[in-house]
Amino acid sequence: MEWETVIGLEVHVQLATKSKIFSGSSTAFGAEPNTQANAVDLAMPGTLPVPNEQALRYAIMFGLAIDAEINQRSIFDRKNYFYPDSPKGYQTTQMDEPIVGPGIVEVQMPNGDSKSIRIHHAHLEEDAGKSLHEDFHGSTGIDLNRAGTPLIEIVSEPDMRTSEEAVEFAKKLHAIVTSLGISDGHMSQGSMRFDVNVSVRPKGQGEYGTRTETKNLNSFKFMEEAIALEVERQIDVLEDGGSIYQETRLYNGETKVARSMRSKEEANDYRYFPCPDLLPIIIDSPYIEAIRSSLPELPDTRRSRFVDKYRLSSYDASILSSDKSTAEYFETVFNVCKDAKLAANWVMGELTAKLNSESLSIHESPISADNLGKLIERIIDHTISGKIAKQVFESIWNGEGNADVVIEAKGLKQVSDSSELESMVEDVMSKNPDQVANYHNADDVKRKKMIGFFVGQIMKVSKGQANPGMVNKILMQKLKD
Amino acid sequence: MSIEKSDIEKIASLARIRVDQSAVPEIANRINDILKMVDSMQAVDTADIEPMANPLDAVQRLRVDLVTERNQREAFQAIAPQVEQGLYLVPKVIE
Repeated sequence: MEWETVIGLEVHVQLATKSKIFSGSSTAFGAEPNTQANAVDLAMPGTLPVPNEQALRYAIMFGLAIDAEINQRSIFDRKNYFYPDSPKGYQTTQMDEPIVGPGIVEVQMPNGDSKSIRIHHAHLEEDAGKSLHEDFHGSTGIDLNRAGTPLIEIVSEPDMRTSEEAVEFAKKLHAIVTSLGISDGHMSQGSMRFDVNVSVRPKGQGEYGTRTETKNLNSFKFMEEAIALEVERQIDVLEDGGSIYQETRLYNGETKVARSMRSKEEANDYRYFPCPDLLPIIIDSPYIEAIRSSLPELPDTRRSRFVDKYRLSSYDASILSSDKSTAEYFETVFNVCKDAKLAANWVMGELTAKLNSESLSIHESPISADNLGKLIERIIDHTISGKIAKQVFESIWNGEGNADVVIEAKGLKQVSDSSELESMVEDVMSKNPDQVANYHNADDVKRKKMIGFFVGQIMKVSKGQANPGMVNKILMQKLKD
Repeated sequence: MSIEKSDIEKIASLARIRVDQSAVPEIANRINDILKMVDSMQAVDTADIEPMANPLDAVQRLRVDLVTERNQREAFQAIAPQVEQGLYLVPKVIE
């Protein structure tokens, strides 16, 4: 039987505020345990929450960026559950009246297609603290620094049909929130976490299958793996005549194993009710419009600008426009070298590969955009070939100076002097009389292939520094004689 | 539903509130009165009534995003039952 996968996502995004959502404690990452947990965060009796306006503005910015309705009245609810990383005994969140209503996110697929994913709503809530299960004499250690950090939870409709779509959607959300500057987007620090709802159904069936939820995935890769694994599991169970039960699952990215965490029967009853400590949040249209008019350039706008201005493919443009730092880097490279295609290829190819292999983000790149632009300039003006440029790139990366310094110091300048090239060509020809004779006896089609041999020899002699265009021209001339 | 004296002792211990033995019967009586009131409220038909978020006819005041709190970990941990390496210790919880 052919199966269709149905995927919906719940995405938690940490907002880049300085202080917590309901208290004046710092949200800085990496502080000593519990040094950023004050009386409100610890739920001391008699304390009251006061919402952070910046968190509200950030949520509204996200809503405007996905063309969603912004609710002028929203309320906070209590989601009751008992766990020591949440000292209040409930999470303050939004249930019936969230700040952001339905919206749409456009996703570009690698094959050039685009797809609209509907957003059900997005709401403001607070993060919990951290439990450390290392052995403290059989106890669990609690760090409440993260408790009360503002989040938006973005809930999608079940509009995705493959794990690739889910990943592209997640990357698009990442691009939106980082472009808006409402989150630092640092996945490794938990700034973006995904809960994935997955079900399968026979292709053509209208109603959805029973879904499971895999919680707390913190990388695009783990998300893709967890979806693939869960789809396979569900299909296996169904094809063996079994049934899928609604349950919450956990995926371990290190061991690549998923397990059931709790079934629907054991599911918590959260007893949601409006939080009596907080009044309704009321905002008016001028407030919303003021935020709208101050929105920075969004990935979609930037993408179409890149397509129009630089003639890039839609997918290349979506990669380069996805986050602000990459977009700015690319545009700086272009402004120096003036060749969009080369700039795009170098940023997406050589640079990205090198950054990934050393786990660096683009703003930590040892090669500045300016220097990469200058390197490309030297390819364009034939000072060096594309192949030599990769060698120069390595040297700049290792801190040996900019392109001109490296080319000069290592003597990598391309040989374009015709008398020098001519003598190289003559030298190679005289050392390979058999090949020259073969060439003269061959037909045109074979000759074209044989030229490669001579070019290769000359490149070897010149250590890759001979100007390939000129070598070809001189060769043709000499072989004709 | 009714609350026994032993329930009061257990809740007080869980909430880390010291309650005088002599006060327990009176507290149990008062909590039972509150539960009776809840029972009579349960009888009201609320099917067509929109939930009220808050009884006050007012709008939430918002804070400017500033860090106004300083580290008072020592003061808070002085009243915690068990701490280690800056962490609050609780009975082992594994989900």
